Amino acid sequence: MNKTWNNRAWFMVLPVLLLVAFNAIIPLMTVVNYSVQETFGNNLFFFEGVKWYQEVLNSPRFHAALLRQFGFTGLILLIEIPLGVAVALAMPRSGPWVSVCLVLMALPLLIPWNVVGAMWNIFALPDIGLLGYGINALGIEYNFTRQPGAAWFTVVLMDVWHWTSLVVLLAYAGLRSIPDAYYQAARIDSASAWSVFRYIQLPKMRRVLTIAVLLRFMDSFMVYTEPFVLTGGGPGNATTFLSIDLVKAALGEFNLGIAAAMSIIYFLMTLLVCWVFYTLMTKGEEQ
Amino acid sequence: MASIQLDHIRHAYGAKPKSPSDYALKEVHHTFADGGAYALLGPSGCGKTTLLNIISGLLQPSEGRLLFDSRDVTHLPTEARNIAQVFQFPVVYDTMTVFDNLAFPLRNRGVAEDEVRRRVGEIIEMIDLRDLAGSKAQRLTADSKQKIALGRGLVRSDVNAILFDEPLTVIDPHMKWMLRSQLKHLHRRVGFTMVYVTHDQTEALTFADRVVVMYEGEIVQIGTPEELFERPRHTFVGYFIGSPGMNVLPVEIDGRTARVDGLSIDLFAPVAIPAGARAELGIRPEFVRIGRDGFPATISKIEDVGRHRIVRATLAGREIAAIVPEDAEIPADPRVSFEPRGINVYADSWRVETEAGS
Amino acid sequence: MLELRNVTKSVGGADHIRDVSLELRHGTLNVLLGPTLSGKTTLMRLMAGLDVPTGGSVRFDGVDVTGVPVQRRNVAMVYQQFINYPAMTVYENIASPLRVAGAAREIIDREVRRAAEILRLTPFLDRTPLQLSGGQQQRTALARAIVKNASLVLLDEPLANLDYKLREELRAELPRIFAETGAIFVYATTEPHEALLLGGNTATLSEGRVTQYGPTIEVFRDPVDLVTARTFADPPLNTIVLRKEGSSFLLDGGATLPVPAGLSGIADGAYTIGFQPHHLSLASPGAGAAPVRAVVAVTEVTGSESFVHLSFAGERWVMLSLGVKIFEPDETLEVFIDPRHLLVFDGDGRAVRAPARAA
Repeated sequence: MNKTWNNRAWFMVLPVLLLVAFNAIIPLMTVVNYSVQETFGNNLFFFEGVKWYQEVLNSPRFHAALLRQFGFTGLILLIEIPLGVAVALAMPRSGPWVSVCLVLMALPLLIPWNVVGAMWNIFALPDIGLLGYGINALGIEYNFTRQPGAAWFTVVLMDVWHWTSLVVLLAYAGLRSIPDAYYQAARIDSASAWSVFRYIQLPKMRRVLTIAVLLRFMDSFMVYTEPFVLTGGGPGNATTFLSIDLVKAALGEFNLGIAAAMSIIYFLMTLLVCWVFYTLMTKGEEQ
Repeated sequence: MASIQLDHIRHAYGAKPKSPSDYALKEVHHTFADGGAYALLGPSGCGKTTLLNIISGLLQPSEGRLLFDSRDVTHLPTEARNIAQVFQFPVVYDTMTVFDNLAFPLRNRGVAEDEVRRRVGEIIEMIDLRDLAGSKAQRLTADSKQKIALGRGLVRSDVNAILFDEPLTVIDPHMKWMLRSQLKHLHRRVGFTMVYVTHDQTEALTFADRVVVMYEGEIVQIGTPEELFERPRHTFVGYFIGSPGMNVLPVEIDGRTARVDGLSIDLFAPVAIPAGARAELGIRPEFVRIGRDGFPATISKIEDVGRHRIVRATLAGREIAAIVPEDAEIPADPRVSFEPRGINVYADSWRVETEAGS
Repeated sequence: MLELRNVTKSVGGADHIRDVSLELRHGTLNVLLGPTLSGKTTLMRLMAGLDVPTGGSVRFDGVDVTGVPVQRRNVAMVYQQFINYPAMTVYENIASPLRVAGAAREIIDREVRRAAEILRLTPFLDRTPLQLSGGQQQRTALARAIVKNASLVLLDEPLANLDYKLREELRAELPRIFAETGAIFVYATTEPHEALLLGGNTATLSEGRVTQYGPTIEVFRDPVDLVTARTFADPPLNTIVLRKEGSSFLLDGGATLPVPAGLSGIADGAYTIGFQPHHLSLASPGAGAAPVRAVVAVTEVTGSESFVHLSFAGERWVMLSLGVKIFEPDETLEVFIDPRHLLVFDGDGRAVRAPARAA
């Protein structure tokens, strides 16, 4: 009788399974389906095998978008992780300022993504935006709708502004979990501030930083809304990251096969990178 | 190495202490001799940790001065005091090897690498971790980590004192025995001044040459384990040290006789109690005999703890504990007697000195 | 009665509990004794139903409850950490299991006051746990376990975070509290001394296995094997490997020990003997004991007793002597092993025969 009772628990999981099925598995199968067929409308499909995959993998356009994507993700990780850790270190460990800092840090995370894009669009406009106007006033020519460099600068700055807080909060949580005795021991051992960071704080933050890097990698690798609202992928294709390119292919050009194949490749790549990274970061702890 | 002088130290956690009860640490005035092994023993909240934190520099005393070898260090930060400390939970640098952990305090002080290798080699041998020198500290057991923490103190030849804050809390009983005896051995070898905070009487008594018993922010007795056992200055010491603690019976004193509810107990020497003071007789369970002589008693419970038995008996309406050896017989009609040399007399909880006893 | 039948638990290929069979009766106190990571907590979680065993079955009063989760069993648990609801008063904390069960107001009041009386918490009922000392906080947790009227109460090192003296006081009260409820009590501890003070029954654990189960003092005096004897010894058990020839045990350095009377029939060969620190002495206990020459490593004095750490033939021994005895390190002493209290183990570590207690 206990068995019956136990098995009934599975019914509780059923809604989730259904939800996941509708949300993920069925769309994914549709995409897989599209990626191996050709359609000219009228619901007529022809099996094409791996043709779309070959086409995508050999297309210079895809290579360029991929390169931009890795460039963007690499850049924001290089900035956000150290910056987040630095800010977390600078935050007070106790006292009334802790909650003030935490609320301030959480603010950017509460703003919807498209609003962030719109805000920065206006903020960075060279004629009326504070940032754009300010930079130009310094004598540096800046127009993110025309200069690729300026567009990149703005997109990266926007992402750093939006997401560094997440790293700060995670790193801060990691720092807070270090018992005071460690700091006392370090003082007794005459450890320098750098040693304290290198041998106490960094090792103790390792887990949360792994999570931070993973989250930031996944999010930035799939970034769409903010750069789309800000630059629309331009000027030219300068900020056309993978997801923007994908949407252009699927909706702009109605190349369903190409877009589907791109999606699958994209998905597998994200999965692979995450897996490799996670394995590397956690390898030391398992032994 | 240094002596530690506590010069009229008081400490209150609140800003403006008014009454004595505001002080977590009431007037402590004492000197820990150079090279001594001391234990601060007492229940939680007795002020022992406060005192340790004042010595380590984590706290600045509200009043009084702290001197290392007559040098005033009251306002020096921890790192300038040249002390070492072993904490309740083992603190090791996880990502470093055992060797690097031990070398860390030396390298931070810019000691030449030859000297580092020589000192660490010596200490790693002493704490018995030679075989683990190259292992990452993270993977070690709690007792090995605690040895590393101790080793980081021992490795510095210039250390003024090593402080221990309940270092055996997370160690299994068997390892406690090993670590305790090793620590004792190391103290004899290196001769550093050591101060050990604990609530565990066995740890305090076995480690220290002199035990400082603290109660409600005050030192109630400083003495050798033997003195604390045989002549507790205060009934609290009698209660806190010993397991079970000292039996305390309210009595009336009449020269060489103590009377408790119609029983007359002979004392070792005559005792004079100040007029109006509350008189009590203290006797440790170790000095209570259960046999065929003495006062009739009823036994309520016998706890066999292996190497001896703890007998709980009722004598003249009072609970009394006795320790009876493993093989000793307990008669069916038991009688209780007190060994005269084990009797102490207390007036208002403080021990009354007698000719023979002090 | 709680029965564990051949219970095993493995997690990711590692065996945490190996083939444990136990029968615990109502109204008894059962101590699980073993070092950290010996499986005490895992075993308790299996008893409670917090975990499901990988193999074997758990039966309660004859009914198979394997796989029945903890909410559906009548179980109370007290942990090493003092776990109470910080925002509630002591009264509400104790009342909480009854409120969950939907008990009537008068019943709640009666039960809470009764439990508070047993645990001497009556003066503190209106306070919140944070205003209490550690001992009082743990008493509150114990009171909550008692009002639940659980048929199985699991205590996982409940006194470990308390001061030594508080521990002593609460420990002395526990058997009385247990006796009043009639439940099955299981008490996990790492300390042999604590098991002896609690009495009741003891199961010794080593590496996920129950090595022996029986009345506490019997397990202490007659361990079935060397592992049990070592687990149940504080200070550590003194041991030495030696040879039996005829009626003598031969030790290094020419010393001999008479083979105890009941053991004269065992085959000659290698044995391990074990003896408690208080069975090693400076004075001859008589009965044909011959002195052994051992070297002092360090002496610890507690005031009433001295622990002399000795080394003999590569083994570390502890001698417990009454009174203050201070010896210099490296001093050689003549010490006597009391042959009446020898534990003798064969090559596989099994007890050859437990020693008869001398009268």
